[in-house]
Amino acid sequence: MSARDTILQRLRNRTGDQLPTPERDFTAMERPDWSTGDKLARFRSAMEPVHGEIHNCRGGDWVATLSGLLSDRRVSRMLVGSGAEPLATLRASTQELPDILVYDEPVENWQQHLFNDVDAGLTTTRGGIAETGSLILWPTAEEPRLTSLVPPIHVALLKASELFGTLREAMAAQQWSHGMPTNALLVSGPSKTADIEQTLAYGVHGPRELIVLVVE
Amino acid sequence: MNEQKASDTVDVREFHPRARAALADPQIRQNFRSAMDGLMGKRRTAFEGWDLEALRTLGASVRQNALAHLPDLLEQLEARLTANGIRVHWALDGDEACRIVTDICRARDAHSVIKGKSMVSEEMHLNHHLEQHGIDALESDLGEYLVQLAGETPSHIIMPAIHKNTGEISELMHDRTGTERSTDVEYLTASARQQLREKFMNADVGISGVNFAVAETGTLCLVENEGNGRMTTTVPPCHIAVTGIEKVVPTLADMSALLALLTRSATGQHITTYFNMISGPRRGEELDGPEEVHVVLVDNGRSGIYQDDELIDTLRCIRCGACMNHCPVYTRVGGHAYGTTYPGPIGKILMPHLIGLDEGRHLPSASSLCGACGEVCPVKIPIPDLLVRLRRESVDGDRLHPSVVRGHGAKRSTAEALAWKTWQWVHAHPAAYRLGTAAASHLRALQPDRLGAWTQYRSAPKLAARTLHQQVKDRRS
Amino acid sequence: MADTLKLYPTRPDKVYFYGTCLVDLFYPEAGMAGIRLLEREGIEVIFPQEQTCCGQPAYTSGYHDEARAVARRQLSLFPQDYPIVVPSGSCGGMMRQHYPQLFRDTDDQERAIGVADRVWELTDFLLNVCHIRLQDLGKPVTVAMHTSCSARRELGLGGTGPALLSQLDNVTLVEQARAEECCGFGGTFAVRHPEISGAMVSEKVSTLTDTGAREFVTTDCGCLMNIAGYAEKQDAPLEGQHILSFLWDRTSHDEGGSQ
Repeated sequence: MSARDTILQRLRNRTGDQLPTPERDFTAMERPDWSTGDKLARFRSAMEPVHGEIHNCRGGDWVATLSGLLSDRRVSRMLVGSGAEPLATLRASTQELPDILVYDEPVENWQQHLFNDVDAGLTTTRGGIAETGSLILWPTAEEPRLTSLVPPIHVALLKASELFGTLREAMAAQQWSHGMPTNALLVSGPSKTADIEQTLAYGVHGPRELIVLVVE
Repeated sequence: MNEQKASDTVDVREFHPRARAALADPQIRQNFRSAMDGLMGKRRTAFEGWDLEALRTLGASVRQNALAHLPDLLEQLEARLTANGIRVHWALDGDEACRIVTDICRARDAHSVIKGKSMVSEEMHLNHHLEQHGIDALESDLGEYLVQLAGETPSHIIMPAIHKNTGEISELMHDRTGTERSTDVEYLTASARQQLREKFMNADVGISGVNFAVAETGTLCLVENEGNGRMTTTVPPCHIAVTGIEKVVPTLADMSALLALLTRSATGQHITTYFNMISGPRRGEELDGPEEVHVVLVDNGRSGIYQDDELIDTLRCIRCGACMNHCPVYTRVGGHAYGTTYPGPIGKILMPHLIGLDEGRHLPSASSLCGACGEVCPVKIPIPDLLVRLRRESVDGDRLHPSVVRGHGAKRSTAEALAWKTWQWVHAHPAAYRLGTAAASHLRALQPDRLGAWTQYRSAPKLAARTLHQQVKDRRS
Repeated sequence: MADTLKLYPTRPDKVYFYGTCLVDLFYPEAGMAGIRLLEREGIEVIFPQEQTCCGQPAYTSGYHDEARAVARRQLSLFPQDYPIVVPSGSCGGMMRQHYPQLFRDTDDQERAIGVADRVWELTDFLLNVCHIRLQDLGKPVTVAMHTSCSARRELGLGGTGPALLSQLDNVTLVEQARAEECCGFGGTFAVRHPEISGAMVSEKVSTLTDTGAREFVTTDCGCLMNIAGYAEKQDAPLEGQHILSFLWDRTSHDEGGSQ
């Protein structure tokens, strides 16, 4: 008999009593119905203590904000997905921006370059979670997974209108149970570790900095 | 590297000498005390404003429901994962799981493996097995990496290198990787980042654990802060996830409840930096991510624990480590004293099933039954009750309820059994008890000052001149 | 764990007093103090002379046959439907929380549950059933308190001792660091793992003396024996008392006539 069948048979032919199935009461996880303003404030108060940097921008202004932030950091090359937005807005902008590198071919063809020569990655988000200060990332062919992971700076665009109270609210509203992408992520700050004597250090494997541009 | 060989030769029965050595080492004592104090404080803060009791009840009910439907959920998970393009393997024990992983690596002609943190892989001694087959396995979680550099095993399931301080780590990195000595944690971390980035790029296979496997969507969830888990599961062309069969939950909603409890209980974080949900290999036009994803569902004793109405609660565990952080024994002796893959309270109730109660005979007794572990457990595992259960099994102490755990009865000694029989006789015969206690009180001047292990640290308690029984009687007359 | 909601009985006329073996042999004054406090509340105290030990030492050591044999003798001590009060969280916890489990699948299961439901730790009973009001007659003093793990966690009595002490006008209660941490007694744990237990009690004594208090009180004689015994052997400036002795001594004109 295969290991699979042996394991399943052991589990099915359990010797003990009927196992309890107590009711799952999720009310303990519910949060109040926050207004958009409340959600923004909560998002900020959850993300800033873990070194996420948040900037409120109006409409297309986010490019101006981005331009300032990147030039302060002397970013010379920024990775962007191949999707229509935000690429079109960046290209249409007259702001001073670093070189835009479009992620449009398989990583195998340019891995060294990605790991060694890219200073920042810009991604969209599929919303945010106020309670925990998290971004929902939903990588696609147009916005591949490594954009938010390998470059030392990750810049994420978040629409204020897509801020949810809790993870459960987001999952329900976006019907995650109907189908998940190959990889989905919650990102709540820059990469960090406390493995050396509980001392926090940022940028251990992923980005050292996370910059969130909240677009209203 | 042969660090796993070292761990294989650790004799779990030698708990006492290791515990004594740890107690006598002020550095170890200090490292654990300050780390555990910090973790306890952070957990407390993280749950402020929550109805923690209701949350723990929810956590327990989520896990109980999942376990009640475990075989169905595993089949559902397998079907969903397969539909998502993830290959599912089943392993009865650690050796079989190791063989499966090795076979996948060989089929890809893989020589270099990068690993994310996985306690199941520690349980399987996977690194050792891979080394034996000429496959280089490098840990990428910073704590695991340091422990591997030192040729040691993790001393905590969440913070593997918690037993070392910065100075010790600096020395270690200097010796093994040529990093300049420094007490600057940022510098040491950056140096590790540099070393590991190369490895991520060149690894043939990435191996990770799994925190939750969601049956309804066929999703593997990983909780982490560093990003090494994302690297491990995204950069190499092949990803193998190893997981215990008990990690499956029915729905995303169940997962969200456990996630909320896990990170707050473990490190006092509302959420970790990354919560990574993997539901398939690179698909269609996607430009990155592994071409192949495999899951190895590992039993390794779990279906045995599943049979027992009490011990099954052990399988609720979500590996947060809160029981260790709050355990006064773990805090004093540290993780290595136990000599087991899982140390601390959860290890004391889990390891006997993996290694038997003969080898693990000292584990259940190394507790004052203070109950701190059960109090903080986010899924309400009655750890103290299970410790008592295993103590009973280790001495075969209950004729009404026969022992079932492998190696039961190993701790039973004729002398101790006789002592308890004598104790029983005295206390089941009240007249004899009164006579004996009254006589002892009467002769209390002859009481010895030294009472074995008790008076090693304390003075002996002094017998009262007259017992309470006598004093109550005196008042009546 | 103290999961179930406690339903306190109305104040009874009579109670059974279960003294426990440690009180019997080493701290009878704590037992007498408990009896006197109850009597002062107008409650008649019945002390069954056939009582010995609740069975806990054997139970936690895994010798459940022996524990059951001894515990079975205790079940028959309380024929009337009076509450059973115990001056110990540990023995009270054993009887209240573990008797039903110990006697499951036996003919005595129902009887064990009947006893368990009537068991009350004595400070809990004084505070929440008798609604005792204490008048402090003692000199000003600063004390620390160590609540036993079983009182705190098995019976949910972390706040009970401090609530009683707060009624005493001249008593200042100070809290030690890590007040919730075990003192290292743990019954046979203290002799099976002496070095670990020793390390635990050593830190407990340090945190207690660090408060500046020179006295501590506790709900349990096991902790008392452990902490005070360590302090004595190491010449630490700390003395301990069972909380019942302390309460009685400070509120009675009768100079602790329990010796």
